[in-house]
Amino acid sequence: MFRVQYYFLLIQGFMAISSKNAIVNPVSAQTHSDSLDASHKDASHKKTSHNEISGAEIVIRCLNEEKIKFVFGYPGGAVLHIYDEIYKQNGFKHILVRHEQAAVHAADAFSRATGEVGVALVTSGPGATNAITGIATAYMDSIPLVVISGQVPVPAIGLDAFQEVDMVGITRPCVKHNFLVKDVRDIAETMKKAFYIAATGRPGPVVVDIPKDITAHKTSFHYPKSVEMRSYNPVLKGHSGQIKKAIKLLLEAKRPMIYTGGGLVLGDGAPELVKLARTLGYPVTNTLMGLGGYPASDPQFVGMLGMHGTYEANMAMQNCDVLIAVGARFDDRVIGNPKHFLSQKRTIIHIDVDPSSISKRVKVDVPIVGHVQSVLAEMNEALLLETTGTAEKTKNDTKNDISAWWAQIGEWRKVHGGRYEMSDTVIKPQYVIEKLWEVTKGDAYVTSDVGQHQMWAAQYYKFDRPRRWINSGGLGTMGVGLPYAMGCQFADKNAQVACVTGEGSIQMNIQELSTCAQYGLPIKVILLNNRYLGMVRQWQEFFYENRYSESYMDSLPDFVKLAESYGHVGMQITKPSDVEGALKEAFSKKDKFVFMDFITEQSENVFPMVENGRGISEMILGDEKKSDEKKGAK
Amino acid sequence: MKHIISILIENEAGALSRVAGLFSARGYNIESLTVAPTEDSTMSRMTIVTSGSDEVIEQIIKQLNKLVDVIKVLDLNDGKFIERELMLVKVKATAQYRDEMKRMCDIFRGRIIDVADGSFTIELTGSGSKLDAFIESLDNTAILETVRTGASGIGRGDRILKI
Ligand SMILES: Cc1ncc(C[n+]2csc(CCOP(=O)(O)OP(=O)(O)O)c2C)c(N)n1
Ligand SMILES: [Mg+2]
Repeated sequence: MFRVQYYFLLIQGFMAISSKNAIVNPVSAQTHSDSLDASHKDASHKKTSHNEISGAEIVIRCLNEEKIKFVFGYPGGAVLHIYDEIYKQNGFKHILVRHEQAAVHAADAFSRATGEVGVALVTSGPGATNAITGIATAYMDSIPLVVISGQVPVPAIGLDAFQEVDMVGITRPCVKHNFLVKDVRDIAETMKKAFYIAATGRPGPVVVDIPKDITAHKTSFHYPKSVEMRSYNPVLKGHSGQIKKAIKLLLEAKRPMIYTGGGLVLGDGAPELVKLARTLGYPVTNTLMGLGGYPASDPQFVGMLGMHGTYEANMAMQNCDVLIAVGARFDDRVIGNPKHFLSQKRTIIHIDVDPSSISKRVKVDVPIVGHVQSVLAEMNEALLLETTGTAEKTKNDTKNDISAWWAQIGEWRKVHGGRYEMSDTVIKPQYVIEKLWEVTKGDAYVTSDVGQHQMWAAQYYKFDRPRRWINSGGLGTMGVGLPYAMGCQFADKNAQVACVTGEGSIQMNIQELSTCAQYGLPIKVILLNNRYLGMVRQWQEFFYENRYSESYMDSLPDFVKLAESYGHVGMQITKPSDVEGALKEAFSKKDKFVFMDFITEQSENVFPMVENGRGISEMILGDEKKSDEKKGAK
Repeated sequence: MKHIISILIENEAGALSRVAGLFSARGYNIESLTVAPTEDSTMSRMTIVTSGSDEVIEQIIKQLNKLVDVIKVLDLNDGKFIERELMLVKVKATAQYRDEMKRMCDIFRGRIIDVADGSFTIELTGSGSKLDAFIESLDNTAILETVRTGASGIGRGDRILKI
């Protein structure tokens, strides 16, 4: 033990001095591709000629080269040169948020909705630290972003300068990669790399930290057409042998199950998956992040799985004999207790673009590393050959008969079936979401915050298309809902965008009501106001004997007046009979931001539920336990 | 089990902290870590001594490969390899210890590289366990100071880590 610590100190010591020693070699610290000739290293960038432009302008030109439509940002000292160039250009639109966290969330949602790389721009120091939650949120859900941060001038770095923070250091654990640009001649290539790294392989946020003096220095602009990095070569195609093996296993399965996650949505693999699932006729479940990856209204869909998944999805997941996981990562909220999950024998096929996701939490039998879209397309081809190509068999002859399995799933479906108790005096949150789905014809972008309302939105809004359900799955960040809705509305200005939120979460980025007013965003906020940090309260009810420690939300604002003070429409809805009418009215206001404050049942709980540490088939289905206790008390 | 992992990594600012950060963030052990530029100065070669179950080692390799600056990763324990570490030990060499120290140094094929009033500095190379054995065989009270580089490793024969 002593030895390990001893060495660790050694390493830390080494790190501290490394900037002068082994790792940083002043010449090679920034490697240049062949496209940039070596001699320029000695050229003074102070000598300018007429075709040289400033670093700030180069940043803008790079964004234009990438055909960026929106940059979400907030100005400050270190990025003033860049903002001056923004003033002069019209290639992209800059969206001024009210807090840097919201800038990153909005860029993140823009990416989730469109598949394009989102871009945020923040100043150094506090601007940079405010962006961190946004960056970490995107990182956990593998969203491609380029976040540009200002930095103090190079000579001031390390001297505790005004508004200095080590952005590269502070973001290192929550980015796919980051760069500190120390020479104006490196900006273009670094930006190209940033976009390339963010969007390829398993996507993720990339930070480009640019000191202020670098944005003033001048050089000629050349944007590389492509980048090649010897240290970064994301895989695309899956291994054909593995794919054949997978097909064979799938066709022999008696109790097959298709389990898809956020990777399927992000990898734009949904159409191929639908084809595969329909050819096979197998049940499909989606994770929270994967909703919309398979149409929820399709009979083969068994619902979301996991901690608040459907009974049938969790039972099928637990009891299947062949499981194919597509762009999903067997995380703790999905498979519950891994020991319990593994107590049932099943053969697992896992398709993922990130090799480190495979066999991380659950040992996999047939790993297929590759881009989901290309792997699924290859599987579909192979399957077609298998089921129709050979002999004169028709598709139905070879179609694997799993009717007994479907019968079993049918039984499980009856057990819970998404039931909740209706009331005609108090609004049930589930009812609001069901009506929201009806009123928007299932076609809205639905963003959510984090808490009970998030789970109800996931359970009761039937997503038929990918990239419509926008939420923070991995980090579970309260406060994303409103900026996410902004990102979606910018992505699709005519779309219906609903932000399902709680009175706790909405207050974490409430300042964005102002941004929504400035840009005339016709978002509809669906606040399920239970006057509680509901998800916290639920856990306290279940696991802390109703000791509701700090989970009551006191001193709420009058949300109607608050909305109105920004020029928005505010509505408060207290009666179940008004829910549908109010939603219709709100969505008929096509050019208005409407804040809908639904006063909902305070003590409603999210069911089914798998308690922490339990197996996914060990679910609590409803308030039975609670109502039994009540009966006993009488 | 103990594993020695060799890494070729871009010689970029912050590359070392990405590797060290990965190990601490994911709770992997580092017994030692050494790094220096290679014959191609744009690249560094790193040797990490770590330990863990097969699953953990598999994850370590995958996570290292995922780092954008990492060019190649090799688990030396997958085949035959040579491990060497350098240690400098300053020991008491007063009349009472002098002969004993000289003898121990010879047995372990070390070299005395500095002789001062009452102390020797011994240089010793070998596998980590050989260096451990040397320390253990000395009278603890005679050791004034030790410094070790951490292990470096290289594959035997045809096992070459290069791009
Ligand atoms: C930034 C942040 N802080 C704390 C939490 C922990 N947390 C998870 S859900 C929740 C309650 C959310 O309350 P509300 O927004 O009212 O939603 P409800 O559960 O009542 O629907 C809290 C505090 C979190 N997820 N994110
Ligand atoms: Mg609440």
